[in-house]
Amino acid sequence: MTLQLRRDRPLLAPYVTGGIRPDWTDYLHEYARNGADAIEIGLPFSDPILDGPTIQEASDAALRRGVTVRGLLDEIAAVDVGVPLIAMTYYNLVVHRGAAEFCRDLAAAGIRGLIVPDLPVDESDPLASAAVAAGIELILLAAPTTPADRLAAIARASRGFVYAVSTMGTTGSTFAASGCRLAADLRQLTDQPVLLAFGIATHLDAVTAARSADGVVIGAALMRRVLDGGTPAELGAVLAGFRKALDEDGPDCVP
Amino acid sequence: MTEIALPRPAASVMSDPGAVGRFGEYGGRYVPESLIPACAALEEAFRDAWADPRFRRDLDRLLAVHAGRPTALTPAWRLSAELGVNVLLKREDLAHTGSHKINNVLGQALLARRMGKTRLLAETGAGQHGVATATAGALLGLDVTVFMGEVDIERQALNVFRMKMLGAEVIPVTSGTRTLKDSTSEALRQWVTCVDEAHYCLGSVMGPHPYPWMVRELQRVVGDEARQQCAAEISTGTPDYVVACVGGGSNAAGTFAGFVDTPARLVGVEAEGGAAAAFGQVGVLHGFSSYLLQDENGQVSEAHSIAAGLDYPGIGPEHAHLKDSGRARYVTVRDEEVVPAVHRLARTEGILPALESAHAIAWVIRAAESGELPPWSTVLVTLSGRGDKDMATLMAAS
Repeated sequence: MTLQLRRDRPLLAPYVTGGIRPDWTDYLHEYARNGADAIEIGLPFSDPILDGPTIQEASDAALRRGVTVRGLLDEIAAVDVGVPLIAMTYYNLVVHRGAAEFCRDLAAAGIRGLIVPDLPVDESDPLASAAVAAGIELILLAAPTTPADRLAAIARASRGFVYAVSTMGTTGSTFAASGCRLAADLRQLTDQPVLLAFGIATHLDAVTAARSADGVVIGAALMRRVLDGGTPAELGAVLAGFRKALDEDGPDCVP
Repeated sequence: MTEIALPRPAASVMSDPGAVGRFGEYGGRYVPESLIPACAALEEAFRDAWADPRFRRDLDRLLAVHAGRPTALTPAWRLSAELGVNVLLKREDLAHTGSHKINNVLGQALLARRMGKTRLLAETGAGQHGVATATAGALLGLDVTVFMGEVDIERQALNVFRMKMLGAEVIPVTSGTRTLKDSTSEALRQWVTCVDEAHYCLGSVMGPHPYPWMVRELQRVVGDEARQQCAAEISTGTPDYVVACVGGGSNAAGTFAGFVDTPARLVGVEAEGGAAAAFGQVGVLHGFSSYLLQDENGQVSEAHSIAAGLDYPGIGPEHAHLKDSGRARYVTVRDEEVVPAVHRLARTEGILPALESAHAIAWVIRAAESGELPPWSTVLVTLSGRGDKDMATLMAAS
């Protein structure tokens, strides 16, 4: 059960903070129905050092509701949304459970990939082995400041896809065109898909990003709407808008 | 004529943690990819500077003429007579800005300038490290931005005003528990956005490699001075016990570094409510792996101590290694023992210690009175800071 992303259209990977509301798994269904190619689920951590104010607020809100990794995985195991699910969390939650057990828990819940933003490639060996053993793909991040030799190492070691951070900032920062060059560089280094993330908030951001990458991750822009009371159906409609923009104005129809 | 050979440092204890930044299994560099090049550049710059006699000379001169080093070693005569052990105090409370924090920031600020940076970022809890960073910034012409939890800003209004007087910008942190751990997270987040012009001036022996090692090296002046001073003061040359309080653990690391190759027993004193070495589990926070206070689900716990400077849920990675290897032991002291220790040192020696430093005094009092310390053994205590900042807390407690 590997993480095979489709390659016939620009990829769209929306994010939701696990446990943000009691009905949070409905967002997964709505995302899947409205054009998601994969869904990133944040497993909330008390100290998210790569997240900006919006996802910090969402993590705090979920933790105040008393959510735990164990509980979220049970909820995830009970749903089948038809697109690959990817967990995003911080390394302490992995260490606390034990890398091997953590990966097995994810796999048992039907999760295919794992993103750990505070785990750089140099420190990733123990988790990478555990992920392989459990049949989970460990997806690594690259940044605009990553030098060429590290970029090659990240492209080699990342599994499933490569997560290109568009900007020198946290989630929810303003989208920076520097990310497009990073994505283009990464695509020279790997046959795996390259997804651009961070700060993609508008259709124009998404279309611009998808012209140099294989797709986009949309996180804070969606979570802002969720925190403001957006229902699963409303977020589904927002995602459908991104899907349409990418499909109509994607890399194949540059104006 | 025979020369007395000084014992050499054991290779694995308090040495250079290498390119991977490991102390045993602890330490490392667990930061987002965006910060890896900045950490690598800092390591390279520090290695280069630390081996450069001109840099060392510049720093030594600043430590002497600005910070007031060397600080005194004060025999605590009346307290010693009461306790039946010889207590010697390493007086970091006499350093400029009132604590050992100045040793670290002068080194980092000088390094930042050498790297061509124009700005310093810092986290602060009680405000001591923030004040020290603001001071170094003013002295060396660097802009300073200090991140401080909203809760701490309310508790430490005086230090906020001091930082502003010194020209620093103080940014309130409103996320999470709005205390030191959150201000550290926020400083790391903000550093990502300005790595080209800014140096992150981290205040303790924590964070991603090279910080735990670099801050220990910048603080080892405390231990190196104390060792020389002890050699002149004590007939046996070295104390039987070396005691320091531990939050993140920078004054303890600097002190221990001077004595790790001697027979002295090393004792780190944690606040009961923030005792990562005593009650933590292995975890990863703020770029390093170490003992970390966390709940049963792996979420980081909030530390609670009467001393804001010990309100940190982790402990520097080298302390975790010293604990595992048995070279140092870590003990805890309750808030209720700390206030009487402040009063006792004030009345016997005329010295008002910071609440943080009073933890070390409190343990010595307890261990002497329980007979754990052999009669007339020699105990060096690092008095990491002075108590002026704690007057409001002490007034409320009395």
